Amino acid sequence: MTTPLLDTTLRIETPEGVELTLPVAGLASRALAWLLDAAIKAVGLVVTSILLSGFGEAGIGLLLIIYFGFLWGYNVLFEVLMQGQTLGKRSVGIRVVHADGTPVGWRGASIRNLLRPVDVFPGCYLFGCLSVLLTKNFQRLGDLAAATIVVHTPKTAVRNAWNDIQPLPPGIPLTVEEQEAIVSFGERRVQISDARSEELAAALKPLLGETSAAKLHQHAAWLTGRRAKT
Amino acid sequence: MKQEAFEQRYSESWEQFEKATGLLNGGARKRSASAENQHLWTGFDQQYRQICQHLAIARARRYSIELQQKLNQMALDGHRHFYSEKVPIAHTVLQFIVYGFPQAIRQRWKPIAVSFLLFFGVGTATAVGVYYNPDLIYYLMDPQQVGEFERMYDPTNDVLGRERNSGTDLMMFGFYISNNVSIGFQTYAGGLFFGLGTLFYLVFNGIYIGAVAGHLQRIGYGEPFWSFVSGHSALELLAIVIFGGVGLSLGRSLIAPGGYKRFHALRITARETLPLVYGGALMLLFAAFVEAYWSSMTTPPVRLKYAVGIAFWAAIAAYFSLAGKRQ
Repeated sequence: MTTPLLDTTLRIETPEGVELTLPVAGLASRALAWLLDAAIKAVGLVVTSILLSGFGEAGIGLLLIIYFGFLWGYNVLFEVLMQGQTLGKRSVGIRVVHADGTPVGWRGASIRNLLRPVDVFPGCYLFGCLSVLLTKNFQRLGDLAAATIVVHTPKTAVRNAWNDIQPLPPGIPLTVEEQEAIVSFGERRVQISDARSEELAAALKPLLGETSAAKLHQHAAWLTGRRAKT
Repeated sequence: MKQEAFEQRYSESWEQFEKATGLLNGGARKRSASAENQHLWTGFDQQYRQICQHLAIARARRYSIELQQKLNQMALDGHRHFYSEKVPIAHTVLQFIVYGFPQAIRQRWKPIAVSFLLFFGVGTATAVGVYYNPDLIYYLMDPQQVGEFERMYDPTNDVLGRERNSGTDLMMFGFYISNNVSIGFQTYAGGLFFGLGTLFYLVFNGIYIGAVAGHLQRIGYGEPFWSFVSGHSALELLAIVIFGGVGLSLGRSLIAPGGYKRFHALRITARETLPLVYGGALMLLFAAFVEAYWSSMTTPPVRLKYAVGIAFWAAIAAYFSLAGKRQ
């Protein structure tokens, strides 16, 4: 399998003998998720403090308990009960998993969240940020101790329709790598602008002679096994 | 086989598998109401294994990246559900209290003993020092704080501890929880700085508590102070000692990882000591309850309060040393 060396993917080998790949989440998306969670917690506290304001000191006591829950319990509970996702993580599309790719459990979630003070130290998550930037799988210190990793939950890609493309065999035999390149070019035809497509297609001139993006798409359709309907 | 034919042959079983994992992603509520979806799970394991095989085939035959990604995603979803860790909570909690926690304490008694000696050693030394040197307290705390403590434990007060006018124990309960448990967790987390953070919190709290005790004893406020703290002292102080012991263990695993890589040693220690963290937190929650609802009462005679305090120490000592031995 070919994967670019610089890609930030986590590879896990399963007992079934296949290697699964997971895209590791970096500092930016994690910080964004943290901000969203912080906002949710802040709103929650403000709302409960308004609701409890009529109850005097008993209300303050309850508020302190809820504050304590938000501070230490929120992340643990959500990560365990929602398969590694707090509300913020869910909206950003990231998830906490064990190093073997399974969703984080009580043990991992507790360790990584109760050790959070060292990541916050000495302020503004300085140690945590440094640790994320310096470790291979973007782990903060709590993640290192809990052996957990934060990964992206890939969106299910919308697959392109091939119906409108008439398959066409390339005139010459192609190596596997060349076939792969052409097929993935065809698959990404929606993401690439027309001008760029033509530019890329022109690069194949020495191999296929005069060619165009549309023609390459037809080759891609043929290479994946589609045949002209008669 | 060309990719197109491969996809056509298996697309139906893939769809079924995606439906099953989609339902599992949907959460527990949908899962329980899934009698009509029963056919989706029967053979889930086989389907999952088949997906893994298809992924391997797709890679070996160099099918398109898009298809590989789709299969990778499906295999991941299956893997996630198939291998996720499921713990029956209620049963585990009970087991934990009956024998898991005391066993964990005995297993790690050495760092806990070190933490105990450190915390109580520093505390006692400070208390004795402050008791015999009237000025020493002012090197450790500012006069305002000292005055506050003196007001709190003034023998003429009706209520002990922090000042409370309308006697809302609940407020103090909330305060004790958020304050004390946070201190506990910080003491624990400080272990990641090679134990230095833990050391700092143990020494700092030892000095602080010792200084207050020594000072109040010196100025003759001993009785209200001791009768207030005796009830929850065992739970609270021992919990801090336990957090300290765990923090020291974490620090030790980083300084002297033995045959492991440093972070590997840390992981093992963090895993093994987690029961102590849960137990310590439970103790602090219980201590906060005792502190808010029992320690602050002034009606019970002082002797009874001392007796309850001693009973707590004895009970905890017996629990830690005896519970769960026959397992």
